[in-house]
Amino acid sequence: MKIRAIAFNTFKEAIRDRILYLLLFFAAACIIFSRLLALLTVGDRVKIIMDVGLASLSLFGAMMAILMGTGLVYKEIDKKTIYTLLSKPIHRYQFLLGKYFGLILTLFIMLFFMSFIFLTLVFLHTFRIEWELLIAIFYIFVEVCLLTAVAMLFSCFSTPILSSIFSLSFYLIGHLSWGLENSIDKMKPGIAKTLTQILYAFIPDLENFNFKTEVVHHLPIPSEIFLFSVLYGIFYSLFLLFLAILVFRKRDFI
Amino acid sequence: MAAAVKIEDLHKSFKVGFIPKTKKILRGISMTIEEGEIFGYLGPNGAGKTTTLKCILGLIFPEKGNIEIFGYPYLSLRAKERVGYLPENPYFYDYLTASEFLHFYSQLSLIKKKEKEEKIHRFLRLVGLEESANLQLRKFSRGMLQRIGLAQALIHDPSLVFLDEPLGGLDPLGRKEIRDIIVRLKEEGKTVFLCSHILQDIEMICDRVAIIVKGEIINQGQLQDLISEKIHFTEIILSGVESKELEGVGESVSALGGKILLKVIEEEKIETVLRIVQSRNGRIHSLIPRTETLEDLFVGMVKQG
Repeated sequence: MKIRAIAFNTFKEAIRDRILYLLLFFAAACIIFSRLLALLTVGDRVKIIMDVGLASLSLFGAMMAILMGTGLVYKEIDKKTIYTLLSKPIHRYQFLLGKYFGLILTLFIMLFFMSFIFLTLVFLHTFRIEWELLIAIFYIFVEVCLLTAVAMLFSCFSTPILSSIFSLSFYLIGHLSWGLENSIDKMKPGIAKTLTQILYAFIPDLENFNFKTEVVHHLPIPSEIFLFSVLYGIFYSLFLLFLAILVFRKRDFI
Repeated sequence: MAAAVKIEDLHKSFKVGFIPKTKKILRGISMTIEEGEIFGYLGPNGAGKTTTLKCILGLIFPEKGNIEIFGYPYLSLRAKERVGYLPENPYFYDYLTASEFLHFYSQLSLIKKKEKEEKIHRFLRLVGLEESANLQLRKFSRGMLQRIGLAQALIHDPSLVFLDEPLGGLDPLGRKEIRDIIVRLKEEGKTVFLCSHILQDIEMICDRVAIIVKGEIINQGQLQDLISEKIHFTEIILSGVESKELEGVGESVSALGGKILLKVIEEEKIETVLRIVQSRNGRIHSLIPRTETLEDLFVGMVKQG
């Protein structure tokens, strides 16, 4: 009940934030731009629209999560609204979870709108609903949930600018860490390989949520990968939320 | 019966500066606030008043010490359920209307759905914001924010209310209204913990006070015990007498309209003054004995501290 109240209040706050609409506008513009790009490209136009559209959804979803997630807790502390909130009979973890779910709800609705524009555009070309695209969109949402948890964790102890830089680094590392996996395969057994394996286990692998190529090119996806990616997203997000709660639990609000 | 608030040996320090240095803010605060009283917490800026409040409310964690609220550990939900808090210079969610704002806070306090609407109306009426119920808080003046802040502190019917500078930013009429609300809270059996710089208000409504200077409580007790009843001097405003004739009985200052303001320190000289006025067919306009005020006590203690 208390988590829900904070979540809905966060949602109200987010939908009155101009940044959100600016990002939504650019995302819609990018999706529509894919139509223009398709006209200029030789090859399968629908695939270009799908490719650019999904990439736009992924990029703008991540930007929304990072830009809004990093200000989530910091704004409450900066504007001192947290004083009256935490003096009420609520636990600090309830506050944090309420903020998290409030932003997830906002991002879900934003992704829904962007997806609607995207699927309509694809429909105008193929005259059928490409249900497979929803798989890729679902995993974009899982990634966005994880990025929100990252942004919130940083927001618990840092300023929005620093938190944005940290979260963006996390996003980039997460999408490039597959290179490390390739290196491990090519390395000879030894200390270097073990250390690289340990490093790989700790840094995120956001490519686990990237099914864009498979969906656009109708490639088969093994079912165990589906499950693994969802569980990976859930457990990684839970781990980050747990860390955020630990940091937030003992924080002084001066 | 457990005390409303019991604080024992509270210590808190912060790290300040680029190369962190420890700055002690609270140095062993101990005090007990009894149920049903209005307790004034006084101190100059930076003395540690707000830090004490934040410790009690669980917004910052003390390094040492113990706090109990109605016998419960101060961080427990059972303690928090009985507490209302209005911070100094309150900032609220300015995108919410007054009614939405109270609705949100009533949800956090788990007020039953049936009671919610009635309570929101009642408290908006109490703080005089009934007509602004649908106005966004960003359009509120400072005084209005103070009032809606008070409403959120009271919405869940707490037994103990912490008010940090509740009279700041209010016009004289607003100050009187808030003062009346505080007195009404006491009549309803609630305990009020009041931090304020406005000593006249504290003097007017508080049962007991504590004075904190540099993180230490230097005096606490009932107002009548702290402030001496002894008359320091008597102020007499008179007319019809030449000021030369009053030399030796007190310090005279010419006042407007040919009146003389006379400050008489020795009590027995008052009769001499009255005799002089009577013999000259003069007139006494007022005669006021001045006792020690809370302000005198506060200024004296802060200077000593």
